[in-house]
Amino acid sequence: MDVKKDFIPEFEAEAYKDDMGKTSFIVTSIDVVANWGRSNSLWPLSFGTSCCAIELMSTVSAKYDWSRFGFEVMRASPRQCDLIIVAGTITHKMAPVLKRLYDQMPEPRYVIAMGACAVSGGPFYYNSYAVVRGVDNVIPVDVYIPGCPPRPEALIHGMLTLQEKIRKSKAYVIEKPKKKEKQ
Amino acid sequence: MTKKELKQYLEVTYPNLEVKETFNFPLLLVNKEDVIPVLKQLKDAPETRFNFLFCETAVDQNPNLEMIYHLSSTYYHHDLEVKVILEERENPIIDSVYSLWEAADLYEDEIYDMFGIRFKGHPNLRRIMLTDEWNGFPLRKDYQDDKIISL
Amino acid sequence: MENQPIPSPTELRTEEFVVNIGPQHPATHGVLRIEATLDGETVKNILPHLGYIHRGIEKMTESMLFKQSIYLTSRMDYLSAHINNHACSLAVENALGIEVPARAKVIRIIMDELQRLTSHELWWGSCAMDIGAVTPFFLGFRDRERILEIFEANTGNRLTMNYITPGGIMRDVLPTFVTDVKELLKKIKGYRHEYDQLITGNFIFQHRTQGVGYLSKEQAISLACSGPVARASGVSCDVRKHYPYDGYEKLDFQEVIDYGCDNWARYVVRMEEMKQSIHIIEQLLDNFPTGDYRTKIKGVIKLPLGEYYQRVETARGELGVYIVADGSNKPYRMKFRTPSFSNLGAVKPTTVGLKIADLMANMSTIDLVVPDIDR
Repeated sequence: MDVKKDFIPEFEAEAYKDDMGKTSFIVTSIDVVANWGRSNSLWPLSFGTSCCAIELMSTVSAKYDWSRFGFEVMRASPRQCDLIIVAGTITHKMAPVLKRLYDQMPEPRYVIAMGACAVSGGPFYYNSYAVVRGVDNVIPVDVYIPGCPPRPEALIHGMLTLQEKIRKSKAYVIEKPKKKEKQ
Repeated sequence: MTKKELKQYLEVTYPNLEVKETFNFPLLLVNKEDVIPVLKQLKDAPETRFNFLFCETAVDQNPNLEMIYHLSSTYYHHDLEVKVILEERENPIIDSVYSLWEAADLYEDEIYDMFGIRFKGHPNLRRIMLTDEWNGFPLRKDYQDDKIISL
Repeated sequence: MENQPIPSPTELRTEEFVVNIGPQHPATHGVLRIEATLDGETVKNILPHLGYIHRGIEKMTESMLFKQSIYLTSRMDYLSAHINNHACSLAVENALGIEVPARAKVIRIIMDELQRLTSHELWWGSCAMDIGAVTPFFLGFRDRERILEIFEANTGNRLTMNYITPGGIMRDVLPTFVTDVKELLKKIKGYRHEYDQLITGNFIFQHRTQGVGYLSKEQAISLACSGPVARASGVSCDVRKHYPYDGYEKLDFQEVIDYGCDNWARYVVRMEEMKQSIHIIEQLLDNFPTGDYRTKIKGVIKLPLGEYYQRVETARGELGVYIVADGSNKPYRMKFRTPSFSNLGAVKPTTVGLKIADLMANMSTIDLVVPDIDR
C-alpha cells in the first residue's frame, strides 16, 4: 500500500509560518491565564453614532445586562479601554475622528462592527454621497454583527464570540535575541 | 383667516404680485429685490402677524433655483407660502431674513451648503453639513459624484 | 525676590480659551461638536458644528419610490419612528385623496402615543444621568422595555418599525392587543410614584434646574422652536390641537403649557405629557373598532403634479414633510422639517453667561437627537 506522502492541501502555508515557534511553548500556560483574564474584563468605549446606540444602551440596562460577562465599566476616554463597539453609520466627516480614537487606544485592542451600517453601509449603501461603506475601510474589524438594529441578544452573542477569539490567540510572544553583527 | 380669505387679502394688498395656491397653503410669488420689505410687512401687519418661520428651503427646477419660505402665525394659526425665483445658477445671491426671524440662521447655512445660494446680511455663513473642502453642491440636479453607487 | 508683591486675583491676566466638546462624548445625545469659548468656567460663546452623521437622506429620496422612502424616515429621529412614518404616509394619502379605515386610524394613534411614552422614558433616564444620578437610567429603560415587548409582538421590530404605511398599517394586531396594553398601562401608572420620589421631589435636582436656562417667549417664537421647548415658554403650538389629523379632533386631552421658561418648566411639561398620553390611550381602548386594517392602494404610487405639506407632532416638536411631485413615481424633492434642527438654536441663548455644567443640563432638557438635525 502506497501512502501518499506528497498530499499537500493547496493553501499558502507561508502565511502561518513564524520564526518564534521554537520558544513559544514555554508560555502556553501563561497564555491561557492571560487570555482568560483579558477576555473576561473587556472595557468598551462609549461610541454610538445613531440608532444602534439605543440598542447598545438597552444592552447596558437591567433587562439584557452585559456586566455579567465582564463588560461592566464603560469608559469615556479611549486611553482607558480596550474594545471599541462601532454602533451606527460612519460618514466621510466622522471617519478621521474614528481613526484618531482607534490610534489612541493601547494594545491589545479589539473592534466590533455593530449593525448593518457599520458592516457595509447598510440601508445607505445605494444613492448616498456621504456614507463610508463599511467601517473596515477605516480600521481593522474583529467581529461583525448584522441587523438593523441588531437585538441586544445578538450584540451579546457577538461579544461572546470575541471572547472566544481572544482565548484562542497568543497573548505573549518571546522574541529571539538578535545576533550582534560582527563589525 | 382661512385659506380663501387669506388669498383675497393678499390679492388686495399686493396687486402687482402673483397669488396662486398649492394643495395646503396660498402661494405668493415675490421678486428678488422685494423680499425684505414684503416679508416685513407680512410679519408686522395686524391682520396677518406671521411671526413663525417654520420652514425655509430651496428647490432646483431646471433652469431656475427657487427659494421657498413657509410662514405661520401663533396668533391666528394660519399659514402662507412665499416663493422667490432666482434666475442665475452660477452665483445666486439673495437677502437674508435673519433680521426678521432668527431661525433663518441655521436654515440658510444648510441651503448654502446644499445649493450654493449666498445670503447677504447673514452673520456667519459656513458649510455646516459637509466638510469645508467638498466640491460641488449635492442637492442640485447636475451634481456629479463618482462615488455614488446607484441601483 | 522676597520683597516683590504678589498680584491679587483681580490683577492677574486671564484669557478666554476655546474648548471642544467633541463629537464623541458620553452624554447620550449623539455626534454633535460644540465649540465653547470659556472664561474660567463661565461660557461666553457657543458654536455648534454639525454634519458628523449627515447621510444625505434628502438626496436619496429623489431616487426612491414613495413606499421605499418610509424606511428612511424611521432612521431620522429613531425615538419617534412610528410618528415619522405616520407623517410620510399621511402626506401621500392626502395627496391621493385616500380615506383610511377607522380601525387603522385608532391603531395608528395608539402606536404613536406608546412611542411618545418610550421616548419620554428614555429622555427621563438620560436627563437624570446627565445631571449626575445613575439609577433613573435603569428605571427608565425598565419601563421602556415593557412597551417595546408590545411593539415587537405586533410589528416585528423594537426600534425602526416601518409599520404605518400609505393605505393603513402593514398587518393586523394580535387578538390580545387590547388586554396587553391595558395591563401595561396599569403597571406604568403604578411606577409613577417612584419617579416623583427619586427625581421630581429631589432637592438637588430642583436647585440645579430651577431658574437655569431661561428662554423667553419671543425668542422661542423667533427661533421657530416647537414641542415641549416652546410649550414651556408659553407658546401654544401643539399640532394635535391646531391641525389635527387621523382622529385627534374627537379625543379629549389637554395641551400642556407652562410659563416658567427654564429647565424645570421643560421637565414638568414632559412629565405631564406622559400622563396625557396614557389618558389618550385609555379613551381609545374602550371603543376599539373592528373592520379592515388597510384600504386597497395601487402597487406603484404616482402623485399628481404639485406641492404637499403634512405636519405631525413628534416627541420633540413639529415634524413637517414637504413633497414636490412632478407626476412620476419618484418625488422631485422631499424636504423634512425636523424639530431638533430648530431647537438647536435654543442652546446658545439659554447658556451664555452660565457655567459649563449648566450647558449639559440645558442640552438634556432641550432633548436633541442628532441624526434628526443632520438627516
